[in-house]
Amino acid sequence: VQRSFDEGETMGYRVVVDYDLCSSTAICMQFAPEVFEVRDDGYLYLLDETPPDDLRAKVEQAVRGCPTRALSIAEE
Amino acid sequence: VTGVVPSRIVVVGASLAGLRAAETLREEGFGGTLVMVGDEARAPYDRPPLSKQLLTKGWAEDRVTLADPERLAELRIELRLGTAATGLDLSAREVALADGTTLGYDGLVVATGARARTLPGTEGVPGVHTLRTLDDALSLRASLSPGGVRVVVVGAGFIGAEVAAAATALGNSVTVVEMADVPFEPVLGARMGEVCAAILRENGVTLRTGAGVAALEGGEAVERVLLDDGSAVDADVVVVGIGVVPNTEWLEGSGLTLDDGVVCDETCRAAPGVVAAGDVARWPNPALGGEMMRVEHWDNAAHQGAHSARVLLAEEGRAAPFGTVPWFWSDQFGHTIQLAGRPAPDDEVRVIEGSVRERAFVAVYERRGRLVGALAIDRPRPVMRLRALIAEGASAAEAASGGRG
Repeated sequence: VQRSFDEGETMGYRVVVDYDLCSSTAICMQFAPEVFEVRDDGYLYLLDETPPDDLRAKVEQAVRGCPTRALSIAEE
Repeated sequence: VTGVVPSRIVVVGASLAGLRAAETLREEGFGGTLVMVGDEARAPYDRPPLSKQLLTKGWAEDRVTLADPERLAELRIELRLGTAATGLDLSAREVALADGTTLGYDGLVVATGARARTLPGTEGVPGVHTLRTLDDALSLRASLSPGGVRVVVVGAGFIGAEVAAAATALGNSVTVVEMADVPFEPVLGARMGEVCAAILRENGVTLRTGAGVAALEGGEAVERVLLDDGSAVDADVVVVGIGVVPNTEWLEGSGLTLDDGVVCDETCRAAPGVVAAGDVARWPNPALGGEMMRVEHWDNAAHQGAHSARVLLAEEGRAAPFGTVPWFWSDQFGHTIQLAGRPAPDDEVRVIEGSVRERAFVAVYERRGRLVGALAIDRPRPVMRLRALIAEGASAAEAASGGRG
C-alpha cells in the first residue's frame, strides 16, 4: 500500500494476519468485529486491512488477545 | 490518597501471566522499579506452540519468544532469570530467592504457574517425557522427529491428544493409554468425550481406555509400559500427560492460603499488596456464580495477568472483580477444538449446528436450563457469542436461537 504523508498527517496502520499461525479461534471477532470475521468456511477474513484510527484500540486488543499470535500491526 | 501506590513491584513468574502483568503495569503508568523472577533461564516464551508447531513444523526456538531483549528493556524490567523464588515473608514484604538473596517489594504478583505432573519413579528415565517447558518440547521433538518409533502417551487429555497428533504426523506409531473408560469425560462429558476419542482412532492412534499404568520397564531406557490389567505396550518414547500441579511450595508457611493454588478473593488479591494470576491462582469467578476455580488456559493467563496488575495499582477497595468464562482451543489432526465454560459430566448436551458425524459442529451444555458450556469442532464462528451468553447466565434456549453470531 503506497501512501504519501503530508506534514501533520497521522501515520496509518495496517492489520497483518499470518495465516500459517491462525487457527480461526475467532477471538479477534470478539474484540473488533468491524475488522475481523471468521466465516462458516472456517477461515478468517480481514474486513478492513487499514481500519480507521478510532478502531485502533480494539484492533490492539485483538492482536494481544489472539492466542496463536497470528495478528500484528504494521505502521505505515 | 493514602500512599498505597506501590513503588517497587516484584513479579514472580516469567511466563505469560507474569509478562502481561508487567506490560500492564507500565501501560497503566507505573514508573517504579519492576523486577521479574523466573526459575527458567529463558526470557518469557509462549507455551501453546510447544505441543503444536514446535513439534511438527520445525520451528526455531526463538519463534516462541514472547518478549525479546529490546521489549524487556523498553518495559524497564529487572530480570532475575534462572533463579527460583524459595520463600515469601509477608510481614517483611520480601521474596527469598534460590541464590540466597532477597527482594523487597511493596507490590507482589504471584504468577509461578504449574508444572507437569509426573508418574512416580519415572522422572529422569531416558525415553520418558513430560511437556511443559521449552526444554521439554525440544527434547521431545528430538525423540519424535526421526519418525518410526513407538510412542505411548499416558493420559488422553488435550495435551496428550496434541502430542499424539504431532507424533503421528511425524511418522511414529502412537498408543494413548487412559485410565478413564471414556477419554475427556471429566471435561467434555461422555458423549462428546467419545467424539474426541473417535478423532484419535480415526487418525490411526491406538486408544487403550480403562487402563492405568502399573509400571514402566526397560534397561537403559524405557522399553514398555505395563498396564494394570496385566498387559504391556512396547514403547521407545513415553509422554506423560496427566495434568499439572500448581507451583506453590515456595509459599508454604508464608501465611497465604494454599489449596491447589493460591487462594484469592474475587479480585485476585491474595493478601494486602499481593495478587495472583495464571495457572497458580484460585479465585471465586463471578462470571460462573462465584465458583472457586483455577484455570490453566492461555487466555486466562493473559487476561488475569493484566487484571492482577490493575488490582495492585487500584486504591483500597476500588479493585474490580475478575470474571471470565474459561476458554481454550486445541489443534489436533487438522481439527480445531474449542471449549468455553466449565461443563460437568452430567450436563445435558445438545448439538445446535453442524454435524457430529462430519466432525464439524457446535454443541452446548445445559444445567437446570442454563447454558454452562459450548464445544465447537471446526465451527469457530459462534463460540465467542456463546461464551458471552454463558457469562450472562443465558438460558440454553437463547443459545440455540439468538442471532447467528
